[in-house]
Amino acid sequence: MGAQILFFLCAALILISAIMVVTVRNLIHAALWLIATLFGAALLYASLDASFIAVVQVVVYIGAIAIMFIFAVMLTRRELLIKTDQTNANWPLALGLSAVMLVALGYVIGGFGVTLNTTPAAIPAGVDPLTLLGKALLAPEAYVLPFEVASVLLLAAMVGAVYVAMNKK
Amino acid sequence: MDWMLLLEWVIKSFVLSLILLGGFAYLTWFERKVLARFQVRIGPNRAGPYALLQPIADAVKLIFKEEFTPARAEKILFFLAPIVTVVPALVVAAVVPWGPDIQIGSYTLRLYIADISVGVLYITAITSIAVYGITLAGWSSNNKYALMGGLRSSAQMVSYELALGFCFVIAILMSGSMRPIDIVDAQRNGWFFLIQPAGAFVFLIATLAEVNRAPFDMPEAEQELAAGFHSEYSGMKFALFFMAEYTKMITISSIAVTLFFGGYLGPFVDQLPFLGPIYMLAKIVALLFFMVWVRATLPRIRYDRLMAFGWKVLLPLTLALVLITAVGILLAQEVNPNLIWITPVISAFAGFFAIGLVDRSLRRKAYAAR
Amino acid sequence: MLNPWMFVGLFLIVGLLIPVAAIVLSALLAPRKPNPIKLSTYECGMETVGDSWVQFKAQYYVFALVFLIFDVETVFLFPWALALNALPFFAVVEGIVFILILIAGLSFAWRKGMLEWV
Repeated sequence: MGAQILFFLCAALILISAIMVVTVRNLIHAALWLIATLFGAALLYASLDASFIAVVQVVVYIGAIAIMFIFAVMLTRRELLIKTDQTNANWPLALGLSAVMLVALGYVIGGFGVTLNTTPAAIPAGVDPLTLLGKALLAPEAYVLPFEVASVLLLAAMVGAVYVAMNKK
Repeated sequence: MDWMLLLEWVIKSFVLSLILLGGFAYLTWFERKVLARFQVRIGPNRAGPYALLQPIADAVKLIFKEEFTPARAEKILFFLAPIVTVVPALVVAAVVPWGPDIQIGSYTLRLYIADISVGVLYITAITSIAVYGITLAGWSSNNKYALMGGLRSSAQMVSYELALGFCFVIAILMSGSMRPIDIVDAQRNGWFFLIQPAGAFVFLIATLAEVNRAPFDMPEAEQELAAGFHSEYSGMKFALFFMAEYTKMITISSIAVTLFFGGYLGPFVDQLPFLGPIYMLAKIVALLFFMVWVRATLPRIRYDRLMAFGWKVLLPLTLALVLITAVGILLAQEVNPNLIWITPVISAFAGFFAIGLVDRSLRRKAYAAR
Repeated sequence: MLNPWMFVGLFLIVGLLIPVAAIVLSALLAPRKPNPIKLSTYECGMETVGDSWVQFKAQYYVFALVFLIFDVETVFLFPWALALNALPFFAVVEGIVFILILIAGLSFAWRKGMLEWV
């Protein structure tokens, strides 16, 4: 029962702040509402006992990406924010795509056969999901290659960041 | 039984918050006294014996101070910023174990708020949230100095967070767990400070930057930015920023103690569990003294050098230390347990090498200036 | 029911109570006599000119970008550090490869002058 109430509180937080993100005029406020959305998602993970992903959500999304957004907004000019439109000509298309996405997600989630009374399965005793995750990342028969590719991806991101910065000068 | 548990945790939460609050009040007293001694003064000596009532007098004064919100400030964010700054400073303390379990009759009292399996990562997460309070304060004041101070300090905290994060990785490597309790337990055969002295030292430097203490107190460089991000704050809201800084000093010292200085461990702590919190407190006070000592000794670093130090010295150094630790553990596991002692030697060498490089580049700059 | 995050939430509420109580207490007790001069923006005795939203250095953004990349790397290294005891040899080799690739990125950024605070 408590879990359901928590879920609906989190869902309400996520939805309301997500709507605020796209409707608020001031970009800084939009960034702050975005943080609230991300935090709501972290709360959901935490309530599902997915501690690692919950904390990573906070570290990466709130602690790094949102900070980057705020710095980026501060680099813009204020007049730019007030005068520009909040939507562009493609908004009907975007609306249509989101609707399709919603239906698709609904179909997929419906396929799981969950009801409002479903409780998450408990982690069996004696199993440490974190060590399992670490082993899975490193074991040669599991996800070593993606793990190393991730570092190459980060390297590519770094090169991209350098390129962006060099262009500005 | 459930209600009993809930009650226990409510009481523990309140006790820990009150300890941190009291700690904050008396840390200001401690800092003023110690700084005064460094500068051959007496320091506060009027309110009560040894000015022990000074923090209380300060608190009363701050409560009765007029407090105003600048006309051009963003009212709601201006109100939220101090709260967003204080709360992470307190909440970080939730995972720090203060002692071994204490048996009272048939009841086991655990001296921590929450046993989170990703405790160390939780600390990283909360420190990364702490940046927002300062950014928000700077932005909502609608004041150029405040905004500059806020931006500067958020960029600084973000840069040193990386070094901090890699130091956490070092501690996890050595203990094989992210639970603070397990990390403390793993130090029974020797504090991690002994195995990875350079890591512990980098951690202390990074914590100084993280709590914006001297010599990294850039956000409040008076000559350049007035009071930095809290220029426009007065009364209780100003006091809250002050409180956040000092509470953060205490909590982050407790984290440093947990990760590198053996936590609550000490002689006879297994026989007499109540000694745990006492050892913990003694170690925290020692680290706080170190922080004040640094403030009394070192001048403030120029901002570009501060960023360069974080990115060009601490970041590569901690990356190297992570590798050294990993190799040391591998050798100890596969070849001979005594080989673990290669780690401190090589890492100390790496540390001195980094110091040498900094020294050389500073000398070169001095020559170039001439 | 025994989700440890519950206790963190509880502590969070207690932690929120403290600053809110402090602000409320002082709002009840402190005097309040605002006037336009008192409420004007502080700028060392000068009248404030223009907006506080001045143009900032692009450098802040660049550092945030590089920070993001390394932050993601730290997150990868946490589970790696946990698995070191279970798979020591593989872990060390893969960790060295992973970190060296990122050191390459860092030195590239360094060489290109990204880490220079100008």
